[in-house]
Amino acid sequence: MLTLTSLVHQNYLTNPHKTAFILQHAGQEDFSISYQELVAGSARYARTYGQEGIQPGEVIVLILQHGEDLVYSFWGAILFGAIPSIMPFLTEKLSPERYHADLATLVSITKPAAVVTYPEFEDEIRGTLNSGDSVRKIIITNQIGPKTEVRFDELPGLRRSPTDIAILQHSSGTTGLQKGVALSHQAVLNQLDAYTTTLRLTVEDVVVSWLPLYHDMGLIAGFLMPVLMGIPLVLMSPFDWVRAPYRLFQSVSRYKGTLSWLPNFAYNFCAQKVRDRDIEGIDLSSWRAITNCSEPVRWESQQAFYERFKSYGLRETALQCSYAMAENVFAVTQTNLDSLPITDELDREAYMTKRIAMAPAEGHPRLRMLSSGKPLANTRIRVLDEKGNELPDKVIGEIALQSDCMLTGYYNRPDATEKALINGWYLTGDYGYTLGGEIFVAGRKKDMIIIGGKNVYPQDLETLAYEVNGIHAGRAVAFGIYDEKAGTEEAVIVAEVDTEDPTERQKIGDALRQHITKNSAVALRHAHVVGRNWILKTSSGKTARSANREKFLTELATR
Amino acid sequence: MEEIISKLAVYITNDILKQPKRSLRPDESIIASGLIDSFSLVDLGLFIEDNFGVRIDDTELNADTFDTLEQLAKLIETRQ
Repeated sequence: MLTLTSLVHQNYLTNPHKTAFILQHAGQEDFSISYQELVAGSARYARTYGQEGIQPGEVIVLILQHGEDLVYSFWGAILFGAIPSIMPFLTEKLSPERYHADLATLVSITKPAAVVTYPEFEDEIRGTLNSGDSVRKIIITNQIGPKTEVRFDELPGLRRSPTDIAILQHSSGTTGLQKGVALSHQAVLNQLDAYTTTLRLTVEDVVVSWLPLYHDMGLIAGFLMPVLMGIPLVLMSPFDWVRAPYRLFQSVSRYKGTLSWLPNFAYNFCAQKVRDRDIEGIDLSSWRAITNCSEPVRWESQQAFYERFKSYGLRETALQCSYAMAENVFAVTQTNLDSLPITDELDREAYMTKRIAMAPAEGHPRLRMLSSGKPLANTRIRVLDEKGNELPDKVIGEIALQSDCMLTGYYNRPDATEKALINGWYLTGDYGYTLGGEIFVAGRKKDMIIIGGKNVYPQDLETLAYEVNGIHAGRAVAFGIYDEKAGTEEAVIVAEVDTEDPTERQKIGDALRQHITKNSAVALRHAHVVGRNWILKTSSGKTARSANREKFLTELATR
Repeated sequence: MEEIISKLAVYITNDILKQPKRSLRPDESIIASGLIDSFSLVDLGLFIEDNFGVRIDDTELNADTFDTLEQLAKLIETRQ
């Protein structure tokens, strides 16, 4: 029976000298790692985990930046049979206090046995932990034992069963960190089996990625899949890419990259922010599939990207789409690689105001919807009404899915698992409709904002808003609004305050903006400070986010 | 120097923060404070390149290299 560990073992035996990774760091030479080196480096970590008394099946949280240590500590956990979980590293924008609170949340529910981090970060982590916490060891990157001969028969990872949990994935913020998606070896391998068939993956492929590894798109498509399938991965840091998006194009050209995954905003970001002088002479003709995934896909974004880079050899049919989520390991659907994703024209007004997918009425504005493709061979999809009845084509409802690669559950959260899975179907919380077997994703039922591919829960942002002086609990509302130019959502908070003095309100707005930016995964674009009774509530006194969103948009349009 | 600072300030408040009425002090922290998020740093780099003919490498777009308008204007001047 196969596990992640046994696949790494196979790759090591069959192709020890093949390149597994090319790690890129801005300002440094690229650094390549063969399968033999990957196993040797990872085995050092595996041995250390054993020496430190960690048991196979326990969770190890990795708090590391892009680089060799992250790669080796992750695959070391797989070789050892422990469950790795990657936590975002503290960035300069994030407040250390919030980071500690987030880590404490993760620890209290996930109950990891160990944390791996850098020597300079050890005190920070130690300061966060309480006596009685599950964490028995903080493992420091400079205290990992030396390279010795690798003996696979001594690595406990090879004795894991396919139904054992292989990895955990979290999304950000208090709410996200409380729900670790637990994925078994079998689920991950079933996903890769189905997805690589759809992608027609061959040993000639080369994946190029800048995606963070704490997110499903980066972790699965931009990390696990290439390593387990034996194809090279060119990996750069998301921090380097966001400051110099042209690096992606240089890397694809230099290493003849064939596959990449990008969130929708990245298409706009690259089209607008890459200058000709930085990509002179590059050749993008090797790129056979660039998959748009992890936030709503937009035809306009794909088009802008194609127009910007077609003169550099970019093929139009390389622009593909997928609908994916951690609960299905990763991909749920993928568009047909031989052609452009199909589009469907809707009546914009009927869609926006009544959530109806109908052909545009005479003279009405149109909305061009972009298909996310067909379900993978192992995944079934239904679109359901509120009573759970299956809906016909072109009727919008909630997307439900069933597959052989679903989550085992939310880790240590049987309550959340029970809510999410109904008769073996996972209710995604996303709206969508079908058309000729293709899925069109059409907004969200759950209150979640997706900014640049990052999922943020509005209730977390509202809780943060109440921490700002002058804003009282229950008197702020958070939501996302779509920004056409950026190709993604922007975060908005409307906060009611008592003061009517414009200078005071400006001060509260500044403080709110700064507090959200420093304490969440996103930046707050609109801090809208208003007077009493602005926020609309439901009859039961709850804040109605969508109604407040409409009100804000109306005000914005008339401002 | 003052001219550079004022051009940068106008660009940042109008185009990045979208708060044209906001003032920005020359010694105010703009990166470490989270005022300019990472997605906008590249815009700032391109604005400098297009308007002052000075290249700020992407490895320099961080608070270690400059964190205030004053420091940034000084960096631009030394390269002009």
